[in-house]
Amino acid sequence: MSGEQAQAPRDTETEREPTAVTNGADAVVRALENAGVEHLFGVQGGAIMPVYDSLYRSDMRHITMAHEQGAVHAATAYGVVTGEPGVCMATSGPGAANLVTGIADANMDSNPLIALTGQVPTDVVGNDVFQETDAVGITSPVTKANVFADDPDSVGTDVGTAFALAKHGRQGSTLVDLPKNITNGETDRDPGAPTLPDTYEPPETADPDAVAAAAAALRQAEKPVILAGGGVIKADASEELRSFAIEHEIPVITTMPGTGAFPEDHELSLEIAGMHGTGYANMAITMTDCMLAIGTRFADRLTGGVETFAPDAEIIHIDIDPAEVSKNIEADHPLIGDAKAVLGQFADAMTGSPSTEAWLEQCDMWKQEYPMDYAAPEDAPVKPQYIVERFDEATDDDTIVTTGVGQHQMWAWQYWTWTQPRTWVSSHGLGTMGYGLPAAIGAKLAAPDRDVVCFDGDGSFLMTCQELSVAVRENLDITVVILNNKAIGMVRQWQDVFFDERHMASEYPWVPEFDALAEAFGARGFRIDTDDEVDDVIEEALAYDGPSVVDVYIDPDEKVYPMVPSGGDNGLFALTEDQL
Amino acid sequence: MSRRQDVQRRGLEGPRPEERTRPIGRRNSQGIRIDPEIEAEPKPRRTTISAYVKNEPGVLARVSGLFHRRQFNIESLTVGPTQNEGYSRITLVVEEPDPGIEQIRKQLNRLIPVVHVRELDSNPVARELVIVKVDGDEPDKVHAITEMYDGETLDAGPRTVTVQITGSENKIDDAIDAFKQFNIREIARTGQAALARGEEETARVEAKHT
Ligand SMILES: Cc1ncc(C[n+]2csc(CCOP(=O)(O)OP(=O)(O)O)c2C)c(N)n1
Repeated sequence: MSGEQAQAPRDTETEREPTAVTNGADAVVRALENAGVEHLFGVQGGAIMPVYDSLYRSDMRHITMAHEQGAVHAATAYGVVTGEPGVCMATSGPGAANLVTGIADANMDSNPLIALTGQVPTDVVGNDVFQETDAVGITSPVTKANVFADDPDSVGTDVGTAFALAKHGRQGSTLVDLPKNITNGETDRDPGAPTLPDTYEPPETADPDAVAAAAAALRQAEKPVILAGGGVIKADASEELRSFAIEHEIPVITTMPGTGAFPEDHELSLEIAGMHGTGYANMAITMTDCMLAIGTRFADRLTGGVETFAPDAEIIHIDIDPAEVSKNIEADHPLIGDAKAVLGQFADAMTGSPSTEAWLEQCDMWKQEYPMDYAAPEDAPVKPQYIVERFDEATDDDTIVTTGVGQHQMWAWQYWTWTQPRTWVSSHGLGTMGYGLPAAIGAKLAAPDRDVVCFDGDGSFLMTCQELSVAVRENLDITVVILNNKAIGMVRQWQDVFFDERHMASEYPWVPEFDALAEAFGARGFRIDTDDEVDDVIEEALAYDGPSVVDVYIDPDEKVYPMVPSGGDNGLFALTEDQL
Repeated sequence: MSRRQDVQRRGLEGPRPEERTRPIGRRNSQGIRIDPEIEAEPKPRRTTISAYVKNEPGVLARVSGLFHRRQFNIESLTVGPTQNEGYSRITLVVEEPDPGIEQIRKQLNRLIPVVHVRELDSNPVARELVIVKVDGDEPDKVHAITEMYDGETLDAGPRTVTVQITGSENKIDDAIDAFKQFNIREIARTGQAALARGEEETARVEAKHT
């Protein structure tokens, strides 16, 4: 089935009227409408056809993607930008299987996502019939919750519940498997608004005594830091964090998913920590005596080896998921609750501020000692960091940046100045190459008035570049910037250091002409080979009203530093290869 | 907006790793701050965890998947219905250090159909059942040992005797040892079921979940 058919203009006005629920598929669609869903991303196919048929009569907009992986990443990014669960759908078998990477990706990053998969009819489930896979079984380790719908009367509620679970508490991905006889089955039940199951009650505020004790500890600290994770953004607590940090003069470090939770142009910002974080953030995180960590799971790429992570620090950990507290790093003060609510409690419980003058001076000194910089000799090829800086300069502060995975992702993260939440849209926990372009599509549909720039690698772009067809069809004004090093560069960087420069399967003897490829798709294609082309091309690409691809031939030898090797000691970050 | 335009393009600089200020402390592999002089890693212990769950398809698969995926060491798992329709009790015997036991409790609690999870204290009311099939050459001796363990003969024929023993895990281990002399042909063990002792509740359950 083509996208045109799925998106065909409805012939009569009467068809647009909300019609009565007549079958399970109608109930599914009604559940999504009741949840306030406006966009869906998917690919048609046999087992999901009844749901698509009901969508025909709905005002929700379905975006037909080129590949189900595109659908799930687009929906995820849509969820990141809006805060509401993104919705993706696919048919049974290969359709469902193609969603799995993205479902795992969203769940790992606690992003709100609901996946609807068609399934073969219940009377043949288990017989290995055409396009049958056990979607619930496959996705069970990578979803927050999933369910096999087995009754037309309750399938709408199943979808509503999955939506509510994706959104509330610690966000994550959910899946509803929809057998064709269930969606075709008769029912007239409107599922009503999404509701959480009665076994699930996410915590709101933390124990006041624990908050008071934690506040006392922070007040007495001499070298405090705030570590802001993705949970701050998800709880919409950036404003609370800002005023708290400023009032008490405590430096702030963000994790990768927390990027944008605190403005990096503020003097209290130490920016980003972890494997490729700034030297000053990694020094502060190592030397702190009290860390207020908010909405973070202390992922290994942040902590390095846990033995040497903030080893002198009392840890105050605010998180909505009790299982994340003391999982990787023991919390001296566990505060279970919503980041926004608990930050409010915490602010009230602070009867004074810690004396941080000397510590702030120390942090400033580290900033002087370890400025983020890259070498750019006159005659060198274009530096990727320079491209990132120039795009940052040329765009507004609310510009949304998406990325693939690899060196380009790290350069974008390091050299863009993040000032607003929900502007950094990337694949963190799973590290999924191919995320960038479909994510840009989802982000643009979520925020049509904002600029969307995707920094991609040549390898990552090749994984999902077919979605360019969707951007062209939908005329989405996005700019894809390929930092092209003719290699899967991050792998090559590791080979240089850890495998004695044996470049096995990491260099492309040949890459397509991405500018020409873009034009073949119907997008605008640009190419940059030298520094003096940069600003003009950026201007033209941003000005073009539609999707454009800028293929930048960067210095293939450029590396990502600073670097803490996996399991390493953050305080011993390497500034150059020979320090590893 | 970039604010780094004025920075010289010189590459990364700064004190080398060995020249930097270093922290004093250390954590263990569980992320717990420890005295750096003592390399103490917590020792595993055996304990019983009880979960009260809503019957939903796949709940058992999710529980067992969780243990596999997070590499928790599980000794036994039993599940069965309760007096409340639609709810089951899962009893797990696990062997983990304290942080692992705490993680097991929290991770189980994250599963949506799980209503309540707790670790039972060191002395729960716990029973397990084993069915043992041995050679039937010495029926009298088999009978005597079965009696000794308060067991029951379930099936006896010219070639095999099958008995049942109920009791604590230790008792069953002992009984199995004793039956070895008759050549054990097959064993089926249920794993432990357990309730908290006396007035203590195994699960704190609100009325809506009964
Ligand atoms: C789907 C997937 N496959 C493999 C990897 C392993 N991997 C991590 S980074 C990387 C290289 C990425 O190359 P490219 O997209 O060109 O980015 P670069 O590092 O060159 O900037 C690879 C292969 C991955 N992260 N995701």
